[in-house]
Amino acid sequence: MTTSHTLTAEALTLGYGDRVVVDSLDLTVPPGKVTVIVGANACGKSTLLRSMSRLLAPREGRVLLDGRRVHRMPAKELARTLGLLPQSPIAPEGITVLDLVGRGRHPHQGVLTRWSEKDDAAVASALEATQTAELADRTVDELSGGQRQRVWIAMALAQQTDLLLLDEPTTFLDASHQIEVLDLLTDLNRTRGTTVVMVLHDLNLAARYADHLIAIAAGSIHAAGSPAEVLTEGTVETVFGLRSRIIEDPVSGRPLMLPIGRHHVRAETAPAAVEVRG
Amino acid sequence: MPRPSVLQEVTRGRVRNASRRRLIALVLAVLVIVAFAVTLMAGQTFYPPRDVIGVVLGEQVPGASFTVGRLRLPRAVLAVTAGFSFGMAGVTFQTMLRNPLASPDVIGISAGASAAAAIAIVTLSLDETQVSVLAIVAALVVALLVYTLAFRDGVVGTRLILIGIGISAMLDSITSYVLSRAAEWDLQEATRWLTGSLNGVSWDQAVPALAALVVLAPVLLTQGRNLSALRLGDDTASALGVRVERTRITLILAAVGLIAFATAAAGPIAFVAFLSGPIAARLVGAGGSLLVPAGLVGALLVLVADFTGQFAFDTRYPVGVVTGVLGAPYLVYLIVRTHRAGGSI
Repeated sequence: MTTSHTLTAEALTLGYGDRVVVDSLDLTVPPGKVTVIVGANACGKSTLLRSMSRLLAPREGRVLLDGRRVHRMPAKELARTLGLLPQSPIAPEGITVLDLVGRGRHPHQGVLTRWSEKDDAAVASALEATQTAELADRTVDELSGGQRQRVWIAMALAQQTDLLLLDEPTTFLDASHQIEVLDLLTDLNRTRGTTVVMVLHDLNLAARYADHLIAIAAGSIHAAGSPAEVLTEGTVETVFGLRSRIIEDPVSGRPLMLPIGRHHVRAETAPAAVEVRG
Repeated sequence: MPRPSVLQEVTRGRVRNASRRRLIALVLAVLVIVAFAVTLMAGQTFYPPRDVIGVVLGEQVPGASFTVGRLRLPRAVLAVTAGFSFGMAGVTFQTMLRNPLASPDVIGISAGASAAAAIAIVTLSLDETQVSVLAIVAALVVALLVYTLAFRDGVVGTRLILIGIGISAMLDSITSYVLSRAAEWDLQEATRWLTGSLNGVSWDQAVPALAALVVLAPVLLTQGRNLSALRLGDDTASALGVRVERTRITLILAAVGLIAFATAAAGPIAFVAFLSGPIAARLVGAGGSLLVPAGLVGALLVLVADFTGQFAFDTRYPVGVVTGVLGAPYLVYLIVRTHRAGGSI
């Protein structure tokens, strides 16, 4: 797929009830890249993701996909271009992997259209890409956390969207499964050109996997750009209220954040400015 | 492009699942037809298939024309209609709210229709159409009331269910009160509005319920895929292109309509709406739409329970007593299980 879609937010204000969570935010998602959104708890990053995928209507401002307002687009048409994996999707008891992944075909089917070979092919590709083909006949309940997350991603892949939004896809996964999921999403980005936007908790994984990193603080963008530009001691201090030191990750050459707490810190580790280039 | 072996596996798996579902639906449909035929033939007098077919085709058969044509046929038709309506509406609510306890007969919707029908018939002496209208209005009002009372930053299944059970108990007491004030009504009539009964059913009751089923069942069926998507959570469904609110309103209106018409005719046949979905899910699996299988299970339950209630014991029991005996233990089991883990259908 070579089509590149532009997803932007303009003066977006979001909230629940009386509470304003995101305030007049402007954002451009670079097409064909992996964008990672980071921020402290309750800073509005999940809310932003929900609104970009039409789940939450904006108070003010708008979200535009290729210049069209997502909140006014026909639901299925939008769902053929933009997919979302929510933070805690629900798997019906006893559903098989094959059936669950097949649900990803929903936006491609009408009330009366029958299941087609194209649908089968999309499901098969999704299973293959996520290495879940051998799990196809198992029920989702009996899978491990990592397998289950791969299956959910497979469902989103079966939707065959050029844009994929994911809300904390690595939560509840152990270290190796986190890497597995992030590698998978990177593969997807590189081989199919899928634009990936995800919220991640772990700053170091965010810096490792992001082409474009967005740090959100108190409902607006504090910094956006390459990980080296964004992940600085200053950003960590402002966004998370945490002192830290940034060094170059010896594995990836990307910035690596080392938090400085009150304990287990060497005496000489006074706050020192360490620049990272990369 | 996927590897051919994986594609083949996917196609094979999908075809296998689909044909399994079709086979089970077919078996259920055959069982419904057999049960329907048996209830027409058997009873205090047995009529051979030839007589029954004759009556159904409109011929005059001495004895059978009255017994089969006027007594058994409307009763059996209403049994199938009410069972199908309860089964479909029940599984709709259970699936939509992702909880097997969220069935319309547990959360007060059937009780609302029943209380309204009891008042309309016993106190106000209205005709069939007016009774149906009143039952629908009451069922919708109860659905709205339960939904509103349960609403706090969205609707949580458990809160809705507990509120529904409370409302249901209040409405049942209204029904009991109305029946106790109307001395001239006999026990038969009372049991219809308390547990559901098919005793003394005529075409006047069966036809409106059947018409409602013919109109509303296709409405639910067109929403079948959206309903399946809703089981993945509102966010996921929305991300798949389902208009969640619109779908939910369509489903609620159609399901409440089915419940109300069936209840106005046969009373709130206990636990049929509640039992059909989970039984269908056991049989068919979680993959496909449960609407038709649950409808068929409901029809079968009512036919068999009514027949059992009439002829298996020394006393004739109304159908709701028999289904109640089946449903109550399952309700207890589900409540016990829900307290251990978050249950879903």
